[in-house]
Amino acid sequence: MPDNGLTRALQGLGRRVTDRIWRLGFAARFLLATVMYSGTALRRFNLTIREIYFTGVLSLIIILVSGLFVGMVLGLQGYDTLQRYGSSEALGILVALSLVRELGPVVAALLFASRAGSAITAEIGLMKATEQLSAMEMMAVDPIARVVAPRFWAGVISMPLLAMLFSAMGIFGGYLVGVQLIGVDEGSFWSQMQASVDFREDILNGVIKSFVFGAIISWIAVFEGYDCEPTAEGVSGATTRTVVTSSLAILAADFILTALMFRGA
Amino acid sequence: MSSEPLVKLADVNFTYDRRPVLKGINMEIPRGKVIAIMGLSGCGKTTTLRLIGGQLKATSGAVTVNGQVVSELDNDGLYALRRRMGMLFQFGALFTDMTVYDNVAFQMREHTDLPEELIHDLVMMKLHAVGLRGAQKLMPSELSGGMARRVALARAIALDPMLMLYDEPFAGLDPISLSIVGKLIRTLNDALGISSVVVTHDIQESLKIVDYVYFVSEGKIVAEGTADEIRHSDEPYVHQFVWGEADGPVSFHYPAKPFGEQIYTEAPRAR
Ligand SMILES: Nc1ncnc2c1ncn2[C@@H]1O[C@H](COP(=O)(O)OP(=O)(O)OP(=O)(O)O)[C@@H](O)[C@H]1O
Ligand SMILES: [Mg+2]
Repeated sequence: MPDNGLTRALQGLGRRVTDRIWRLGFAARFLLATVMYSGTALRRFNLTIREIYFTGVLSLIIILVSGLFVGMVLGLQGYDTLQRYGSSEALGILVALSLVRELGPVVAALLFASRAGSAITAEIGLMKATEQLSAMEMMAVDPIARVVAPRFWAGVISMPLLAMLFSAMGIFGGYLVGVQLIGVDEGSFWSQMQASVDFREDILNGVIKSFVFGAIISWIAVFEGYDCEPTAEGVSGATTRTVVTSSLAILAADFILTALMFRGA
Repeated sequence: MSSEPLVKLADVNFTYDRRPVLKGINMEIPRGKVIAIMGLSGCGKTTTLRLIGGQLKATSGAVTVNGQVVSELDNDGLYALRRRMGMLFQFGALFTDMTVYDNVAFQMREHTDLPEELIHDLVMMKLHAVGLRGAQKLMPSELSGGMARRVALARAIALDPMLMLYDEPFAGLDPISLSIVGKLIRTLNDALGISSVVVTHDIQESLKIVDYVYFVSEGKIVAEGTADEIRHSDEPYVHQFVWGEADGPVSFHYPAKPFGEQIYTEAPRAR
């Protein structure tokens, strides 16, 4: 084969593609191992609860405050649009549906990825860099069972709860702006919302979404941490990758899930 | 107790990617003894410990620990073996999210169903052995390097192992901590009936405490002997190492072109 610029460029491209695919396969095997070795995390559930505190509870402030603001903006924008068609009392529906179906799961997941996902990656990465994972292995304790699985499940469990709180706060924010500030009729705000938000179609689907997002973020976060180069740059690079990759993955998964769930509804 | 050595490396080769690191190592660690593996930085000492601990698998040759070939064990067998080994990592590798007490209690809680009162007494005994009973409530970030090393030592002996692996226990210690840690290694070995492997380049300190020494250079064993033999050896390699001389068979430099040639040919071009 002639050794010219083109072949070299193609070779480089090929190597990059195969590297990516190889890494994806490795990540999939890692996820499988995490799920298989989850016995400890579930049996000694206090290990997982501790991580729920670190990932979930410590994300509460940012989730609640953001939810409130997003809801308030929805109230303003929604009112502005709806009153052009003389249907401003439908504001309750608009706020609730946009939050429960889309903004709640997605925005909460994006915030969760940058608040908790990056922290998980950094923590596991630093444990690797300082040989704590190695030490654990030498003490006959599997780091995947003891360190990775509890963090993974904590993320999977926290995410739907956080998304629900985000939506609840958002609806409250929409109510504050729409009803208290602008003066939309309070009775129709709530009754229309109750009448048209469907439990299965809207709420349950939203919960399923946030559950999937939680699994994606936790998977990426623990994998990047566990797989990172055990140096300071390695850890910081992995942390960045967690935020970037999981944000993109959330948005892509959101499109797929939405297409599947709300088809023709 | 059988007289067969606890650990045996038979013609062990190890290759990282494609670069050979260990080339045909033969080594024996008799029961109840402290042996040292010495050599320059990068000669494969940590790699040897990781082979014994089963974290790496030999490319060829066999590592036998207590009659079992490490690379042939399945996961459960390996973990069962590791419960009877303790390893002191170069920088302690304490769990930074736990107190000193919880670090030492870690293995007891993971591997036994002992009641918390008993664990408390055991932890106190182990911390007392390293002289840090008073530090039980501190976090690892509040310890000095030498203290962290001693806590890690207490943690490593938590389940009374049969084999202790020490990776550079003396690096970065002041002279007093250094001789304390040295004495501790010897005392623990004799009091608990352990066998120990000490990886180090601190020859003066380790000659005081070890029974037998292996010198590794470029992946091969170049000299071995008891502490006395080493002290009085006139093999040039050993002599150079013991007396820290710059001239001798060991080159301080990583292989490179002649200095002059490199300076003139590789100078960065002016921009
Ligand atoms: N993960 C790795 N991948 C590739 N090469 C490695 C890896 N770890 C170590 N090496 C190489 O293997 C050789 C032996 O490394 P090892 O860590 O065993 O040295 P050492 O004798 O413990 O050195 P030191 O005294 O500096 O700790 C070194 O040349 C090193 O470059
Ligand atoms: Mg080393």
